[in-house]
Amino acid sequence: MFDGYTTSELSAIFAMQGFAGLSLFSVYVLMALGLAIIFGQMGVINMAHGEFMILGAYVTYLVSIFFAEYMPILFGAYFFLAMILAFVASGLLGMAVEWAMIRHLYKRPLDTLLATWGLSLILQQIYRSTFGAREVGVSIPDWMMGSIALTDLVEIPINGLFVMAVTLIIATGVGVMMYRSLWGRQVRAVVQNRTMAGAVGIDTGRTDRLTFGIGCGIAGVAGSAFTMIGSTGPTAGQLYIVDTFLVVVFGGAASLLGTIASAFTISQTQSILEFFLSGSMAKVLTLLTVVGILMLRPQGLFSLKLRK
Amino acid sequence: MSDVSTLGLRQSRLFTASEILGYLVLAVVIFIVIPSALDAFRLNLFGKYLTYAFVAIGLVLCWGVGGILSLGQGVFFGLGGYCMAMFLKLEASTPENTAIQSTPGIPDFMDWNQLTELPWWWVPFNSFAVTVFAIVAVPMVLAFVIGLAMFTRRVSGVYFAIITQAIAAIATILIIGQQGFTGGVNGITDLRTLMGWDIRPDNAKTILYFVSGILLFAVLFVAHVIRKSKAGRLMIAIRDREDRVRFSGYNVANFKIFVFCVGAAFAAIGGAMFTLQVGFISPTLVGIVPSIYMVIFCAVGGRSSLIGAVYGALLVNWAQTTFSESFPELWLLAMGALFIAVVMAFPMGLAGLYDDYLKRHVDRVLAPVDRMMIHRAARRESEKLSATRATQPAE
Amino acid sequence: MASTTDYLLSVEGLTVSFDGFRAVDNLSFYVDNDEIRVIIGPNGAGKTTVLDLICGRTRATGGAVQFKGHDLLKMREDQIVHKGVGRKFQNPSIYDDLTVFENLELSAPGSYSVFGALAFKRTGAIIDRIEEIAEMIFLSDLLDQKAALLSHGQKQWLEIGMLLIQDPELLMLDEPVAGMSVAERKKTAELLNTITKGRSVLVVEHDMKFVEDIAHKVTVLHQGKILAEGSMDAVQANPKVIEVYLGH
Repeated sequence: MFDGYTTSELSAIFAMQGFAGLSLFSVYVLMALGLAIIFGQMGVINMAHGEFMILGAYVTYLVSIFFAEYMPILFGAYFFLAMILAFVASGLLGMAVEWAMIRHLYKRPLDTLLATWGLSLILQQIYRSTFGAREVGVSIPDWMMGSIALTDLVEIPINGLFVMAVTLIIATGVGVMMYRSLWGRQVRAVVQNRTMAGAVGIDTGRTDRLTFGIGCGIAGVAGSAFTMIGSTGPTAGQLYIVDTFLVVVFGGAASLLGTIASAFTISQTQSILEFFLSGSMAKVLTLLTVVGILMLRPQGLFSLKLRK
Repeated sequence: MSDVSTLGLRQSRLFTASEILGYLVLAVVIFIVIPSALDAFRLNLFGKYLTYAFVAIGLVLCWGVGGILSLGQGVFFGLGGYCMAMFLKLEASTPENTAIQSTPGIPDFMDWNQLTELPWWWVPFNSFAVTVFAIVAVPMVLAFVIGLAMFTRRVSGVYFAIITQAIAAIATILIIGQQGFTGGVNGITDLRTLMGWDIRPDNAKTILYFVSGILLFAVLFVAHVIRKSKAGRLMIAIRDREDRVRFSGYNVANFKIFVFCVGAAFAAIGGAMFTLQVGFISPTLVGIVPSIYMVIFCAVGGRSSLIGAVYGALLVNWAQTTFSESFPELWLLAMGALFIAVVMAFPMGLAGLYDDYLKRHVDRVLAPVDRMMIHRAARRESEKLSATRATQPAE
Repeated sequence: MASTTDYLLSVEGLTVSFDGFRAVDNLSFYVDNDEIRVIIGPNGAGKTTVLDLICGRTRATGGAVQFKGHDLLKMREDQIVHKGVGRKFQNPSIYDDLTVFENLELSAPGSYSVFGALAFKRTGAIIDRIEEIAEMIFLSDLLDQKAALLSHGQKQWLEIGMLLIQDPELLMLDEPVAGMSVAERKKTAELLNTITKGRSVLVVEHDMKFVEDIAHKVTVLHQGKILAEGSMDAVQANPKVIEVYLGH
């Protein structure tokens, strides 16, 4: 399969595909982080996670239009406001959904899966009625256009770099929140022993709502970042949901670091394979490998052996 | 020692009076009411809905009874459908019919994709016997492999659901990507005859509707026997207390593999009948979305009711057709709301509503019949029992 | 010295660690035929874990468990059951959605395979046996009741009945009287006294009065290790045991 390529071409291919893989990695991490919190910590299967992401993307789209219309001078910076609004919008919707639906289903995880799937259908239809069935793209500020040429053969697009930086910041932020903040301690306490956490005065209902909200909010930010590298349609979220779940499960559901490592492994495998095989076969092969490994090691790559 | 007549009472009966009534009503609906009320076109649509009922029945056994939620039933439905379609396609692709192709005698989509030879794994589908065998065997083998890998490693619940969903995604991408072998995103279309019998005219479709109905009852019977056997009771036990079942000496994985394979076979039979009645099969019936819809048919009917699953499949699909003809925008909203409502307010579906409001009255009416059936069964059993006891005196 | 095969159950050097924490640490003890052995110890001593290891629910990190010459550590739970080991859980573990009769029926030995279970037919012998057991566990009148509707104590009895019908040579009970009323506890003690005849029993229990009533020999666990072993009186007089129970 390497016939006909010189060494320098090959290394350039690997560098470019590696970078393409890093973009995919960013998307996976951003989507999976929210899911890892919701699924890993709360055990809730949120099939509408992709739709929360898309909400963030649409919010970003609206903000970009608003800036272009009324504040063209500040257009270069709209994205930062858009990300915050995306977080707030998806987070609030998430909290509302937790209150109305999820909290009644904590003991029936499979039913949560079906109910959130219903929710995803409803959201998709709402998006379609509001924004139309066609995909929309945002205009990227000028400073994000173009690319940096590392060598003659290797060029790195700036928007990709930006998304990666955002990913890094959010991942660090989530890690800090989870392991350093009061909320993080409460979440982990509730996860480990709900009754006891309640007994020591943690409002477990509130913690659940906040956790679900933050998980959805992060999905919103993911969607916002996503607009920088791709367009948004009503059903775009659905395309990623299976991949994202596999990322989380593959990483070992309860481990944030595992989620990141698994996002990295899966995205790199897929994008390197994509160069040599057709896109669909690369995807099939990657997914099959992941499913195969999960069959051999169902607890995922990173998980502790626990006393039952 | 208990007396002989109560021993008869303790025998598990295959059918109670209300179950018999339930199946009779369903038979009347499927074989008399629907065919006499609808024109050939609508009847064909209901024939299509019936094929989803096969999947829903399998899901009742897997999910409602056994607690195993598979989000990949579309894969098995599709495998059955594709097996049937391959046979029909080969029959439609005679050298005479395909004379204009650069390679006559192979399916048209292969020719469009520059294939010059029938792939080896298509060849056996020239035989109808092999096809019928493959329709059931191929999905069962796949289910067996998946089940063996997952259940012996104790993967269950949401993990199993997610992995089966991933398998559904993989299957779709694979079918679409390999269009030279599978017909790609369009699927296998333009199917004409089944061993010389044209499946396209209205009267053929009406006959196929009745064939589906009869097969459906055969599948219902098999499912009912499993449900009423000790294995069926064990599945419920496994659903509720897997650990206890293990410590009662059963290898839980084997029971799960079995029921998963049965569910796969049912789905595949449905898929094959789908191909026959609708005239094509495509990846849109295999993937994540159709798979999850099949779960909702089952949930609407009542996840642990075999008869409910059939009504669920018919009703949801009928509603979908009716709604999406007049309000295409609203349909997804209605479907989403239905998902949420069923899960949150009616987790036992239509069957649960029946149990809560109607069953009492039906049971009261049927009580004398039931007593008579029990009495006769008891007499038969006690005669047998006293015969065995006479030959083996108590210690 | 007797060789290990002379005992019904011999546990040697049994160890399990969870992520570095040794819940059971190099544990050895032996159970004779017809012996009633009680394991006591403070919370977190590893008592339930020992039962879990013997019945295959948890995989050991090291050591050996021999039962009638079979190495239990290499077997699956169901295979261990077939060798004659029965296990009752701490919280009543029964099938809520099935009747008492069906609960007992599923626990009766035989037709373990899938196809065996499909072909299974209730015989007079099995029905008789179920009714006999139901009488012993005070549930004769409730055979057709869904198990979910039983009281906590009745659920405990039902699970004991499910083990009885299994007829194991080694019966392992995890806190059989926990959560029972005084009257239920008394009835349970009687029940245990009748059913423990002719088999070995390994009991984990906190209730000292109950332990005194039934134990032949007591093993005291502390932090995964054996602190003391012997008759109830000897163990109660042991200063190390007093230290652990009352010291801190």
